[in-house]
Amino acid sequence: MSYAAEIALVLVLVAVAAACALPGVFLVLRRMALVSDAIGHVLLFGIVLAYFATRDIDSPWLLVAAAATGVVTVALVELLQRTRLVKEDAAVGLVFPALFAGGVLLASMFLRDTHLDVDSVLLGRPEYATTPRWRALGLDITPAWVVVAVLVMNVGLLLLFFKELKLTTFDPGLAAALGFRPGRFHYALMTVVSLTAVAAFDAVGPVLVVGFFVVPAAAAYLLTDRLGVMLALAALIGAIGAGVGTWAAFDRDTNIAGTVAVALGGLFALAFVAAPGRGLVAQLLLRRRQARAFHETMLAVHLLHHENTPEEADEARVDGLHRHLRWAAGDVAGVVRRAERHGLVTHAGPLLKLTDAGRQRAREVLNL
Amino acid sequence: MAADTVLSLLDSSAVRTVALGAAGLGLVAGAVGAFAVLRRQSLQGDMVSHAALPGLALAFLLGARDPGWLVLGGAVAGWVAMWVVAGVTRRSRVPFDAALGGALAVFFGLGLVLLTYIQRHVPGAAAHPLDRYLFGQAALLRDADLQVIGGLGAVAVLLLVGFWKEFQLLSFDPDYAATLGYPVRRLDLLLTTLTVVAVVIGLKAVGVVLMTALLIAPATAARQWTNRLGGVVVLAGAFGALAGAGGTVVSHLAGGGVPTGPTIVLCATALVVVSLVFGTARGLAWPLLRRVTGPPPAPGNDPAS
Repeated sequence: MSYAAEIALVLVLVAVAAACALPGVFLVLRRMALVSDAIGHVLLFGIVLAYFATRDIDSPWLLVAAAATGVVTVALVELLQRTRLVKEDAAVGLVFPALFAGGVLLASMFLRDTHLDVDSVLLGRPEYATTPRWRALGLDITPAWVVVAVLVMNVGLLLLFFKELKLTTFDPGLAAALGFRPGRFHYALMTVVSLTAVAAFDAVGPVLVVGFFVVPAAAAYLLTDRLGVMLALAALIGAIGAGVGTWAAFDRDTNIAGTVAVALGGLFALAFVAAPGRGLVAQLLLRRRQARAFHETMLAVHLLHHENTPEEADEARVDGLHRHLRWAAGDVAGVVRRAERHGLVTHAGPLLKLTDAGRQRAREVLNL
Repeated sequence: MAADTVLSLLDSSAVRTVALGAAGLGLVAGAVGAFAVLRRQSLQGDMVSHAALPGLALAFLLGARDPGWLVLGGAVAGWVAMWVVAGVTRRSRVPFDAALGGALAVFFGLGLVLLTYIQRHVPGAAAHPLDRYLFGQAALLRDADLQVIGGLGAVAVLLLVGFWKEFQLLSFDPDYAATLGYPVRRLDLLLTTLTVVAVVIGLKAVGVVLMTALLIAPATAARQWTNRLGGVVVLAGAFGALAGAGGTVVSHLAGGGVPTGPTIVLCATALVVVSLVFGTARGLAWPLLRRVTGPPPAPGNDPAS
């Protein structure tokens, strides 16, 4: 592949990732992540139906039908849920495999010799993203242009409706009370997800679509508490993952969409481990800090307990603490050192004495 | 005439093998899936089935060609994915469904990477096309596959029966189970393992994408006919087997070119629709019927007597 073509491909995937990450943030926050999985799968069904109607593999109606199918799927799932006979997740898991099976069945039976190659449909064909595919309004449209259009649309809608989206996501009750119609925003979001999935579907296939929606958003969720920042970070993480993944795929001659998915996973893992305040490392450090504070407090309590008593000469001896407190001898030194550094205790010969601060700490704990 | 055709179909040992295999995996998937559905973890099966792909590919890369070993690879990968999801959900604020979706995509992506690598660089890969596992090729089920399905399936069912009480408690009141001293985490792990097993034995027949339906549909259908856990599980197994065998027969009756996997899924879905409408416990038809025909006359209210 020529250098220019490679660059173009990287840009396409970066655009796909950014376009998906934005609605993906709302999917994650509203706990609707798996709806994107379902929508991605049922697009095939819509495409097949539209193909039967138009007999033209290059008709833009295929895209429209695909997007419509996504919205219809969501409606079907909710209809099923409303019967109250089926739980939320089961309803999703019933509708989309059925529609997907229908799509595969129809495609295998009637579309054997067309370009609707089911295998490539599942895996995505990003290599053809810059080849003109559809003709509408007198222009040759490539999948890449569709992706860019959807990205622009998503950014535009986001800027226009940021406040409403924020309210309906975090406090739908209040939104409804204020007259904001959260139900409408819900369906609008589903429509946007469908359209985005259609744009992404061609490049990455139906299964990986859910990864593009969810993974960057989940990583961003670990890095910030602010919605605006989360959106920006999600788009950025998606873009980085797409860029790195695509380059790696070129380098190693592997499946492009798959490599990007793995790259996104790697970025999430990084956030999961290293997120300030929320990552695994931060949790470990916090727990260690808490354990140490606890030990120092225990030491202070112990010293207070025996202060000004005849046993103090024995109980407060530094070299005997491990016996009285039942700590490992090695740990005691560390605790004592830190307690001294924090101004809780002082050395008085072989004994340890509480400072005023230390005494106050012990008293607070004992509620004296 | 139709009966003759069906019978003559079943005479063919190839069709018999496929039907038997499909029925077997339908039974196991249905029964195990009942618990997943009850615990609101339906889409776990979806995740596990997609996550199995890199395991299958890795097993292949390590030299496995036997369905048993490939399935084992898939199971290990599915299991690792579940462990990752549990870990992420437990130690961060990422919601469960997002973790499922993310794990699904990342593992599947890895599977695709390995798959294309195999297709391009591993000699002899064409003879064992792994992409069969994407959509399933039930028509290619052989005796070796039946052994895997039967063997693992039997173990899964036995474990299900053996730990019945514990799973029942775990599904309906895990906190109470914990207070009673049951090792909740380990039981959860066992149930997850059973789900993984139920999923991977079906991958060759039905494929990665459609397997999830076989876990959810039979249980959902069964739920409309009874309110008791035992009934649901048994009925779900029966419905699963019916969908498996029925789907196989129908796809063969319809002639060549009709893939069996999707047909099985559509059969299972049909069972769900019928059950939702006519199910004796909760079906929609009965309240409707009652409303149309009016309430039954209460005894002693008849003015004529």
